[in-house]
Amino acid sequence: METTPLDRIVASHPFFQGLSPDICALIAGCGRNVHFKPGGWIFRQGDSADAFYVIRHGKVALEMPGAGQAIVFQTVGEGDILNASWLVPPYRCASDARAVEVTRAIAFDAVCLRGKCDQDHHLGYELMKRFVPVMVERLTHARMQALDLYAPEAARP
Amino acid sequence: MNTVARYPEPYVPAVWRVEERRWETANTVTFALSPPPQGFTESFAPGQFNMLYTFGVGEVPISISGDPASPATMVHTIRAVGSVTRILAGLEPGSAIGLRGPYGSAWPLEDARGRDLILLAGGLGLAPLRPAICHALANRGAYRRLVIICGTRSPENLVFRDELEGWTGMRGVQCLVTVDHASPDWPGHVGTILQQIRRAEFDPDNAMACVCGPEIMMRHSAEALIGLGMPANAIHLSLERNMKCAVSRCGHCQFGPHFLCGEGPVFRYDRIAPLLGVAEV
Repeated sequence: METTPLDRIVASHPFFQGLSPDICALIAGCGRNVHFKPGGWIFRQGDSADAFYVIRHGKVALEMPGAGQAIVFQTVGEGDILNASWLVPPYRCASDARAVEVTRAIAFDAVCLRGKCDQDHHLGYELMKRFVPVMVERLTHARMQALDLYAPEAARP
Repeated sequence: MNTVARYPEPYVPAVWRVEERRWETANTVTFALSPPPQGFTESFAPGQFNMLYTFGVGEVPISISGDPASPATMVHTIRAVGSVTRILAGLEPGSAIGLRGPYGSAWPLEDARGRDLILLAGGLGLAPLRPAICHALANRGAYRRLVIICGTRSPENLVFRDELEGWTGMRGVQCLVTVDHASPDWPGHVGTILQQIRRAEFDPDNAMACVCGPEIMMRHSAEALIGLGMPANAIHLSLERNMKCAVSRCGHCQFGPHFLCGEGPVFRYDRIAPLLGVAEV
């Protein structure tokens, strides 16, 4: 099978490490290169989660909009993935995502990839094996942030 | 640097004076203290602490945050959170402070010679690590890679901010700063310190880590370092308990079989790991 530049990028990305060339090609078939300027919105909370991103270069701030100023609760960068909401119904983005720096990524079409996963459960399983650890790790980090570990302790002398 | 003498009478403080005061954050202040007129010849080792006394109010253990090469100016960083520390933070230059020390164990920086040195601070934990950073920078050739990782609550809570910026641009130093949350104008990293550990560049087989911060953060950081391949005996933590006498007599700071003021505050991780997270200790 002939490989494309995108196939090779997918195959060499740490997130997809260990996947066979065939599966990499299947995944890459739903992908396209994208880039965002600093300050540009990648998605907004409530948007249809019609893509997930593998960041190749740059930095993205995940923000929670609210009354007054938004709060940045995480930044992601090179090697990270962005927007796990593509996996979970009702497929809505859970936060805002804004490029902090010039950001280059591969955007994977969610409908395309979900369709391939429905047809090929092995592909779906391989993707789940890669997404679930990231989500568990982010949940752990979110718990640590929620504990507010660095808050002043009132009980000190 | 490691010659640590003791006062003949351990409970009697010497009177030092506030020479300079600098606000780090809205509730955290760094003091430079000048010694009593009769002089003060003791040195301190990075990681040690002094007992600071506000006359008529009380005494608290505070880590030394100054440069060990300048022991005659004792530097402390204090967060105003209790009755004693609130008064300490409000002291103007010229005010008197009772001081006894230095006490406790030190970061074993000699053991890190020829290895990568990772200094990992959470919140005000940067204060006890700052002397180690000063020492490592002054003896840069003694260590391989120097990694400074600092996490705190928000950009407004960063202490030694100017120095962090200076260390970030320094050749041969990787300085990674993160905050738990920020406003959109913060250009830096947002997330936990664990994510920054993953970005650190060091050889886990030939490195030593010094970790200081909230206990949960230290435990998770140690586990993350071990997960990257670092042996548990290459990780050192600085613990905090209710220290009173500072000379291993009163028992207020007992931590299982250890008295933190004498055997600690710096412990090798593998020696205390079973006690961390035990609620009844």
